[in-house]
Amino acid sequence: MFDFLQGYDVLGAFWMTVKLTVISALGSLVWGTLLAGMRVSPVPLMRGFATFYVNTVRNIPLTVIIVFTSLGLADIFGATMGASDDFKVQGFRLALLGLAAYHAAFVCEAVRSGINTVPVGQAEAARAIGLSFSQVLRIVILPQAFRAVITPLANVLIALTKNTTVAAAIGVAEAAALMKTMIENEAQTVAIGAVFAFGFVVLTLPTGLILGWLGERLAVKR
Amino acid sequence: MKLRKVTVFATTALVLSLAATACGSSDKDDSGSGSSGGSKIKIGIKFDQPGLGLKQPDGTYAGFDVDVATYVAGQLGYKPAQIEWVETKSADRENALARGDVKFIAATYSINDERKKKVDFAGPYLLAHQDLLVKKDSTIAKATDLNGKNLCSVTGSTSAQNIHDTIAPKANLRENSGYSECIAALQSGAVDAVTTDDSILAGFAAQDKFKGQFKLAGLKLSNENYGIGVKKGDSATVTKINTALEKMVSSGAWKTAVTKNFGPADYKNEPAPKIGDIVK
Amino acid sequence: MTSVLYDAPGPRAKRRNVLLSVVFFVLLALFLWWVWLTMDDKGQLKWALWQPFTTSDAWTTYLLPGLGDTLKAAALAMVIALPLGAFFGIARMSDHRWVRVPAGVVVEFFRSIPVLLLMLFANEFYVRSTGVGSEERPLYAVVTGLVLYNASVLAEIVRAGILSLPKGQTEAAHAIGLRKGQTMTSILLPQSVTVMLPAIVSQLVVIVKDTALGGVMLGFTELLNARSTLAANYANVVASFIVVGIIYIVLNLALTTFASWLEGRLRRSKKSTGATVALEDATGINPAQVGGGFGTGGGDSI
Repeated sequence: MFDFLQGYDVLGAFWMTVKLTVISALGSLVWGTLLAGMRVSPVPLMRGFATFYVNTVRNIPLTVIIVFTSLGLADIFGATMGASDDFKVQGFRLALLGLAAYHAAFVCEAVRSGINTVPVGQAEAARAIGLSFSQVLRIVILPQAFRAVITPLANVLIALTKNTTVAAAIGVAEAAALMKTMIENEAQTVAIGAVFAFGFVVLTLPTGLILGWLGERLAVKR
Repeated sequence: MKLRKVTVFATTALVLSLAATACGSSDKDDSGSGSSGGSKIKIGIKFDQPGLGLKQPDGTYAGFDVDVATYVAGQLGYKPAQIEWVETKSADRENALARGDVKFIAATYSINDERKKKVDFAGPYLLAHQDLLVKKDSTIAKATDLNGKNLCSVTGSTSAQNIHDTIAPKANLRENSGYSECIAALQSGAVDAVTTDDSILAGFAAQDKFKGQFKLAGLKLSNENYGIGVKKGDSATVTKINTALEKMVSSGAWKTAVTKNFGPADYKNEPAPKIGDIVK
Repeated sequence: MTSVLYDAPGPRAKRRNVLLSVVFFVLLALFLWWVWLTMDDKGQLKWALWQPFTTSDAWTTYLLPGLGDTLKAAALAMVIALPLGAFFGIARMSDHRWVRVPAGVVVEFFRSIPVLLLMLFANEFYVRSTGVGSEERPLYAVVTGLVLYNASVLAEIVRAGILSLPKGQTEAAHAIGLRKGQTMTSILLPQSVTVMLPAIVSQLVVIVKDTALGGVMLGFTELLNARSTLAANYANVVASFIVVGIIYIVLNLALTTFASWLEGRLRRSKKSTGATVALEDATGINPAQVGGGFGTGGGDSI
């Protein structure tokens, strides 16, 4: 029944999916946390920028963003990510950039809602002992906030894993791209789709369960 | 009280929108069932390929596939006004036929063995080849020139796989989601060539916006026999379409359609293929 | 926006803020100028590329029908997914194992499959087991895929929202003799709606954007699919992406603005009825856990 899998590197394609997921997850975590910091910062400019960024990026379909990294950033503005002579590498890096930029907006919102859960007294006490804004954020608020937002962040991670499929639009050889190739050659849409759906379940289900459990364990009990 | 008001408002809005959409869809159903009462024929084409199947700004359709399909439908006894064009994406072609969504498909549909297991083919009606589209002043003249050059094709397409596997494994291949994107990259200079079937490339090169900018390299990198896909087992329709195609060639309508759709691109078409004569 | 995180800016901080803003806007202007020049250099600003968007044909043939399909699919998916999500979210908290476990399995399963594939399977399901016509089928399949995925995400949002309420609410409700169903409908759900709303809105935006997946394989003629047909015609890929991107932004901003207005109404009406949850309590509860879907968007800032 699964003889159509012969000759295709399904595992390799999913490995690319994993690489895309992990690296862009780290990127979006860093950038998203910075954005969240900006959104609550004392500088109006930073607040304005972060708000604008989140509201713009969140409202555009990821496909548009990913395609823009290729046709816009690389082709028009020459941002070839240090790989102008190798489209495989270039596409991979551009996809990382697009995925991280997009999901950072969601990470930012999750972290910000986490910041809101930290009781007011914590920040007041921190300021009372003379900590500066960045110290308040770094030492007191964020550590508590992150423990509260593990579940929402896990949801972003699950969405990110599935969203890596969009990278196929700029030719990254990940799972969805291989799926398209196989459908083109084998003319068996549903069976092939089922195989790839199974692959994604294997990738995302444990993520959700483990991080969900972790979130419950680490949550600050109030 | 106010909370209740909001709730009432929201519910009303929801109900209204449901009702509206429900009405909308039932209207469409009516016209659908009315039209399928023997007087209409549904034909699958591409909507986004200039020269082959393109939805034009005025809502009409143009291209070689469209012309062939119109002629065939005419021979089957349908006037152009009775044709309902349906967009069939590459990945959906076999299923659309199996389900009976469309009577037949003329959408750059290359005949191959895997597909023949799923659908029956009439034709071929055009012999296309994988080719390169390059800028007018380009020096790329043969396949080996491609090694080390930047090249664009569509993700997962047969042409992209051919480049990888045999034609020019050392070429720097970039895969985009559509041919329009590849052409844009060619225009901006990000790639040196776009590769796919010469018929598709000719269609783009013949567009007003691109006239005089590009040329076909004229390499015959593969043989693509475009057939008309018909539901598996419907041999009666296959026979009828084959007769229609033969007549289209003998009457000269075939040649006219080729010149009209590909002419401006300086496209050297193969002579009309003989029915059932698949060039490997 | 006054914050507990920092002091109100003094004269020096104010001066610094102004200076920063000026520097930033100068840099921004320079950057935009460079963007403009580069695009011009690459020929992307040629009027021929943008002119089509001033003709009525481009809108009536491609964009408006595409937008219509996007809106139709999104609206249907929202209307079906919201109650279904609430149902599964509540079912997952049931006291009965035989309700809780299946609901959990359904939610986790549909959350982990890419929506595109869900649509593909839904399409096949409609072909094999129903008589839905071929014109309507893409819409049905797209809506089904969106509903299955988003209902399971919304279920998580609802569950988190209800769990975030103080336990005393349930206990008090039981103490005055309300049954479980009554506790849920008249005590817990109304209170948690305001907490959940930002997350729900984010998810609704996701629904709008995910309709675009219907055009990839099923030939659903939504906005992004209509764009590719348009770009094939006018040969203006980059310009068409920019225009369609702006349409999505406007559409989703309208959605979020409406939602935050609604949220404001809900909050205010709650206060006026003398609800017991004061603002401090509302911030004391845990809206973060509510971020079932994507991150929660604070209603105030959108």
